[in-house]
Amino acid sequence: MKHESIKLLVPLIAVCLSCGADWPQFRGPLTNNVATLETPPSKVDQENIAWTAELEGRGASGPIVVGDKVFITSTTGFKQDQLHVLCFDSNSGKKLWERQFWATGRTQCHNKMSVATPTPASDGKRVFATFSSNDVVCLDLDGNLLWIRGLSHDYPNASNSLGMASSPIVVGETLIVPVENDDDSFTTGLDVKTGIARWKIKRPRVANWSSPAILKSSPDAEPMVLLQSSEGVDAIYPETGETAWQYEEGAGRIPSTTVGDNILYVPSNGLTALTPGSSSEPPKVLWKEQKLSPGTASPLVYQKNVFTVNRAGVLNCANPQTGKVTWRLRLKGPFSATPIAAANHLYLVNEKGLLQVVQLGADKGEVTGDIDLKETILATPAIANNSLFLRSDKHLWKISSK
Amino acid sequence: MKRSSFLFCLMFLISSLTTVWADDVEQQISQIKQVQKEGQGNLTASQAVQKLSKSDASALIPILTSFENANPIAVNWLRGAFEAIAANAIKQKTLPTQKLEKFIQDKSQNPRARRLAYETLIKVDLAAADRIIPGMLNDASVTLRREAVQRLINEAKSLEKADKKEQAKKVYQQALTGATDSDQVKAIVKPLRVLGDKIDLQKHFGFLSDWMIVGPFDNREKKGYDTAYSPEEKIEFSSTLEGKEGKVNWKSVNTEDDYGIFDIAKSISPYKGAVMYCAADFYSPQEQSLEIRLGTPNAWKIWVNGKLLFARNEYHRGMVLDQYNVPVKFKPGKNVILLKLCQNEQSDSWAQRYQFQLRIAHPSGIGVLSQKAEATTQLTP
Repeated sequence: MKHESIKLLVPLIAVCLSCGADWPQFRGPLTNNVATLETPPSKVDQENIAWTAELEGRGASGPIVVGDKVFITSTTGFKQDQLHVLCFDSNSGKKLWERQFWATGRTQCHNKMSVATPTPASDGKRVFATFSSNDVVCLDLDGNLLWIRGLSHDYPNASNSLGMASSPIVVGETLIVPVENDDDSFTTGLDVKTGIARWKIKRPRVANWSSPAILKSSPDAEPMVLLQSSEGVDAIYPETGETAWQYEEGAGRIPSTTVGDNILYVPSNGLTALTPGSSSEPPKVLWKEQKLSPGTASPLVYQKNVFTVNRAGVLNCANPQTGKVTWRLRLKGPFSATPIAAANHLYLVNEKGLLQVVQLGADKGEVTGDIDLKETILATPAIANNSLFLRSDKHLWKISSK
Repeated sequence: MKRSSFLFCLMFLISSLTTVWADDVEQQISQIKQVQKEGQGNLTASQAVQKLSKSDASALIPILTSFENANPIAVNWLRGAFEAIAANAIKQKTLPTQKLEKFIQDKSQNPRARRLAYETLIKVDLAAADRIIPGMLNDASVTLRREAVQRLINEAKSLEKADKKEQAKKVYQQALTGATDSDQVKAIVKPLRVLGDKIDLQKHFGFLSDWMIVGPFDNREKKGYDTAYSPEEKIEFSSTLEGKEGKVNWKSVNTEDDYGIFDIAKSISPYKGAVMYCAADFYSPQEQSLEIRLGTPNAWKIWVNGKLLFARNEYHRGMVLDQYNVPVKFKPGKNVILLKLCQNEQSDSWAQRYQFQLRIAHPSGIGVLSQKAEATTQLTP
């Protein structure tokens, strides 16, 4: 009997070991671009492409992975007003289901981006897809509709003629949806079960393409949400939207704040490192460094280093305590996708579709492989199931060890 | 006798169950259609959509029919249920293809519902496109019409290649009658003009090209957007008004641009920190619900017959055709459109545009002309 039980347990353990953590939203579980338990391939070439799935229409949103399912969004139609949510089997690349909706808000956006630019998010039971039209769709993992909101339908001046790109994040029972623009600018926290607003706060009336980040100051601490804008960074309570503290020295509107080892790295005055504030104390500036100014990609904190990629495609590695640059590596750019990290490697895909893998050494980084996917890629990839998932307009790829 | 009684009971039971089931579908659809702004009705609709999604294929046509009079959010909820049922029906090979095709051909039905029926049908019957699309050239469904136009463009191109110019010209002309998307219009107009056709694109799209204009008024620090200058109170073309740089008068302007663009910066002056007011008449033969379609990189407000319809405080985020679609109900006869256009003080090279284009269209995108061609002459002081 004992022997039988062990026999049953072995495959179960094997399955558990092969399953890493999910990549449930833009920039991963903690919005810090890092997969801690994953080991994607460290050297890549064309033979590492496990599968390729065909897509139609446009999409600059990143894939997310929940269990064995990969979710992405896209749009079709001359005006990109057909909104798609798609689900693929992560093992085979087979499309499991697809749902479509009509945009209820404006679909005008810059030619480079798409109405499907915000990366979807998941709480493990539901998938939340948002679009530049400010439509928010909630489906279960099998594609059954749970609820829909049309935030531009509700608030007609909530739009951006260049397009909305901020990705939503899920914290507890709240879906944080930024709708920040030049006119009716707000961020709202929607109840994940119903789509009804738990709160809605006014935000600076300036177009903003940055995405929220999670701040968890200790393993036991309640997570807070960091909202970045041209005015700086607001730390808010996800259940209520109330502000806990603010950094008011301005910040960028494209790359987003990243948190590492309880320090915030804000695209502000180049790059600014902050210790978190509290309700009684404002945040403290540790350092500011113009040389670390990020381009479009957000900063990354990994293995006691802070990384940025500038507009020229140079990867900067700096000391996170001082901001002093320790090494630089010129990569083939330009980059829109944020670099992601796992197993001592950084993965950077440029706008031309060249995925470059950088192995981290003590005092330098070295490109150990690349794959030319030969299509425009703007979306930040996902890491899950010991693999990388990348998407262009036309294809979704899984990159795995051979 | 016993056997016939049994059959009667069985039929009665099936009939009753079908009625109960149909009532359930109707009830679920009705609950979904009650969703309103800000998530009102979401709880009930969520339960209803999950039940409705488990229905069999016979619920598909009732769902499509229910699109009529449903608000845009409810339409998306209904679509969610429709797609779940249709996906199962396709797997089980129970998709009611004939009923779907009949629904598509019924032009009294909701255009989006017909498009959804079409997209579902061609998943199992690709040949249906050849039967359906050619008849959709002037359809109320924007996307069905687009496909019909594209077929004609392709046909005309082939004729051109075969050096059958007169035939190509006729097909292009036919395509233009249904074309409203700018890419297709350009693809038609360019060869047509080469083939010798004179095309009035302003007329095709329904652009207003003749305007009365007055300004500049003060918009330094963007304060003019919320300042109600004299034209917002009363439009009197003969009056002299106090502007930002002294006395100003209404003057008549016109644009010959194909796409109705009137460029204030080039045609009048590259004002900065300024407000200009532009007025035009639109004559409607009867009361009708249409759309004002505006493109501008500047902040704006728009009134029709003195009623503020919409306002947008955004500067220099690009300008495209049909950038803003503002629903409007025109009264019979003369309607006065007043546009307030604000320029900020940004000095960046990409922030110097001060222009607009405005057209009147059906919700389907087809341009609508003012009833009287000489309408704008009514505005002459």
